[in-house]
Amino acid sequence: MGAAITPVHYLVVSALLLVIGTFGVLVRRNIVVILMSIELILNAVNINFVVFSRLYRHTDGQAFALMVMTVAVAEAAVGLGVLIALFRNRGTVLADELELLKW
Amino acid sequence: MIDTALFYFFALLTLGGAALVVTRRSAVLSAVWLIVSLLGVAGLFLLLGAEFLFAAQIILYIGGITLLFLFVIMLVNLDAAARLRQFRRSWPVIAAASVGLAAELVALLLKGQLPAAAPSHDVLSGNTEALGAVLLSKYLVAFELASIVLLVAIVGSVWMGQPRGNQDIERPQG
Repeated sequence: MGAAITPVHYLVVSALLLVIGTFGVLVRRNIVVILMSIELILNAVNINFVVFSRLYRHTDGQAFALMVMTVAVAEAAVGLGVLIALFRNRGTVLADELELLKW
Repeated sequence: MIDTALFYFFALLTLGGAALVVTRRSAVLSAVWLIVSLLGVAGLFLLLGAEFLFAAQIILYIGGITLLFLFVIMLVNLDAAARLRQFRRSWPVIAAASVGLAAELVALLLKGQLPAAAPSHDVLSGNTEALGAVLLSKYLVAFELASIVLLVAIVGSVWMGQPRGNQDIERPQG
């Protein structure tokens, strides 16, 4: 590895974080951990926004990252609310046991 | 030099924490490692000169979302669920596909050439002031819509969390 840290280094970290999050969404059965993996994916997106904001000396990327954070908070609150209602009604938090909508 | 060391430290925190989030069996441990991973991302924001996002990351993600996760884990009592199978049976296929995707993305990123940095539009010194100015002028509508989104989310999650009367429809045995 070279001495100086370039934007590509950050982009590689972001890509790996995205892949780890995707792996978590696909592989876990517990809905709580699936929601955590979605947070990881959104963080990978935020790193990308901030890297390009830095590269182009432009604040817009950080404004977008802030919007992503807002939506992530809303998503977590609503998702966990749905999860609690789901657990109360169905008694499970495993994604593949919830097959009411499956054909 | 110190920047390089800090970058690798925060990258290790981010990726190692994330890997542990998706591989721990216990959801509580996953939430704790999620804190580590989010702290690493916050450190990367700081290295990139985004001080406001660094603070927002710590307050919103670590203070808000992770707390919410831990709270829900306590509420839903995952002890019983922790004894069940936590991973899908097809996990080797998914792992292989993920490794392939990661290799492809990293290869493309290392091979590709980033376009040269554009001339500066606005000064990034005084990051919080610049971000505030942009949010309240150019993105004012988006900023106000974000508050509506948050309001709807609050009302919606409170409404969904309430127990209601007619919930005896199709309660399965388990």
